[in-house]
Amino acid sequence: MDTQAGVPERLEPERQSATFPLEVIHRIQTMSQTGRYEIRGWGAKRRVPNFDDLTFVTASVSRYPLEGYRERCDTKTVLGSRFASKPLELDIPITIAGMSFGSLSAHAKDALGRAATIVGTSTTTGDGGMTKEERAASKHLVYQCLPSRYGFNPHDVQQADAIEVVVGQGAKPGGGGMLLGQKVSERVAGMRTLPVGVDQRSASRHPDWTGPDDLTIKIAELREATNWEKPIYVKFGATRVANDVKLAIAAGADVVVIDGMQGGTGATQEVFIEHAGIPTLPAVRLAAEAIREVGKTGEVQLIVSGGIRSGSDVAKALALGADAVSIGVASLIALGCNASHYFKDGEEHDATADYLALGTSPGHCNRCETGRCPVGVTTQDPILTERLDPEISKQWVVNYLKALTMELTTLARACGKSSVHNLEPEDLVALTIEAAAMAKVPLAGTSWIPGHSF
Amino acid sequence: MDALTQTVLNCRELGVTGVNRALRQLPDGSSVLIAEPRGAHNIGVGMMGKWDITVDGNAGYYLGGLCDGPNFTVNGSVGWGVGENLMSGLIRVIGNASESAGASAHGGLLVITGDASLRCGISLKGGDIAVAGGVGHMTAFMAQAGNILVGGDAGDSLGDSLYEAVIYVGGKVKSLGSDAKISEMTATDVAKVKELAAAAGFDHIDAENVTKVSSAKTLYNFDALKNQRY
Repeated sequence: MDTQAGVPERLEPERQSATFPLEVIHRIQTMSQTGRYEIRGWGAKRRVPNFDDLTFVTASVSRYPLEGYRERCDTKTVLGSRFASKPLELDIPITIAGMSFGSLSAHAKDALGRAATIVGTSTTTGDGGMTKEERAASKHLVYQCLPSRYGFNPHDVQQADAIEVVVGQGAKPGGGGMLLGQKVSERVAGMRTLPVGVDQRSASRHPDWTGPDDLTIKIAELREATNWEKPIYVKFGATRVANDVKLAIAAGADVVVIDGMQGGTGATQEVFIEHAGIPTLPAVRLAAEAIREVGKTGEVQLIVSGGIRSGSDVAKALALGADAVSIGVASLIALGCNASHYFKDGEEHDATADYLALGTSPGHCNRCETGRCPVGVTTQDPILTERLDPEISKQWVVNYLKALTMELTTLARACGKSSVHNLEPEDLVALTIEAAAMAKVPLAGTSWIPGHSF
Repeated sequence: MDALTQTVLNCRELGVTGVNRALRQLPDGSSVLIAEPRGAHNIGVGMMGKWDITVDGNAGYYLGGLCDGPNFTVNGSVGWGVGENLMSGLIRVIGNASESAGASAHGGLLVITGDASLRCGISLKGGDIAVAGGVGHMTAFMAQAGNILVGGDAGDSLGDSLYEAVIYVGGKVKSLGSDAKISEMTATDVAKVKELAAAAGFDHIDAENVTKVSSAKTLYNFDALKNQRY
């Protein structure tokens, strides 16, 4: 090589290693410099078999469709009819997943609550308890009982509309939550009984029960404390789905929530997000089959979450056996997450430079853990918080939820269903062998379900 | 309390749900005797009021859990999670307590006149616990705030991953958990121990001679390069 010019005589075509692509090289460099794993927000970013790998075989000559925009297609959804005397009656089968005040700003929680109320669905608290604002904003509020019990208060138990016992979540099944010191502000620390600025590690196990027999007693306790009025949900990260669902039903759950590996988080180890749990696609089918096997279909409801983005995702989840879905990350994007601009005082402001300061750009950001969200969604910083106008963002979430519902009913009508809950696995075929095996529907153009038929 | 004005609720006849519903109907300040508890779970959970409740026998899981206000006296032993998530009030167990006694209690005082089992005071959030006898291993695991007074010995891994809660042990500490340390007793600590012992009705505690265990705070912030031990 000619060192004088520093340029080789002939440039070789650049060849990236499949084993060591640029992002892997970058990760190794970061680990060698910091001695740490990466912590970030959002869910799994790698591609896993998902609802896009399925398609509807809509009505034809043997089944006839319903008229779009004319004939009624019911979206009403009842959750908690098994034991609760006051089940949740929602207008749509799309709910807002549990996200904490602490991880999210007060404005973001407020906007989500008000949007959910307008479209007639529920929102959910998170680690850190219930704020007055979200109780006031939300007509249907699900109160999480998490291992950490941060801010858990029996008065809030009694003023909730449902209780969700969280065993795990899709982003980190088997792991506790994390809230790095920069987000543990005075208000957050006060609600969680922690020193300000501590790197908060939520517990991964419940402090007062272990195993399915204890869970039975724990659920009974929550029922006694709420006079048997409120639905009790049990939420799992999708791992050993069939067993978990059956055990939750045996323990007395009204509703089982299964969060697939694409499910998001405010902050967790990257290695956890990408390498634990199973995708939402097989999880929904496993859960629905488990409910059917113990004879509780229609009695115990199934909520599925983890990477739900579109009305087609919702329709496919329902067809595979879910009664409702939950959205987390998608609802944040509707609020303004990853937008290049934010609105403040009636004007549009460019946030690109603030994304760059986090080492990222609009459309790629998952730096929720820093608390420096450029658009005010996942922050406790008083200045950044003001970048999210709850009134404007609320309307964006309302629009999104309505659009999702229209997409959902479009597909349901095309399948000839007068209720979205009448969608069934027979309405679906798979585009890949993996999806056919996981969703247990035939590969398109064949009658083949791998592992079930030939 | 005047026995004549005491309401008797029979747990065998009414069942736990019947007892709990009847309790909620009683006016504030009522005196209640829960007869024949027979180890039932979830007696008196989620009560918001100033009742004086005597449980006449052994109780199961979560006795007095999720409560804000009532006073309980249990003439017997209790199962897991007695007084879990307690907000205020006094729970006095004249007997032993099983695992996770006072788990995540935000306030109030839990008194155990016998021994408490594993994970006593786990995730404690501001409540106080006084155990006349010994406590099992992992006591005060991840406890955030509040005080635990142990008259007897403490088992292995005491105070593992403590935040701001403080433990006082009259007997021996078998071993400390991650990030827990033995710290100096100050005059404030002595006063606190005396206050807790008096409130619990313990006369066997020598407040000047207890071992104080608190957080070493080395795990408050992540730093992989500092060889943090856990």
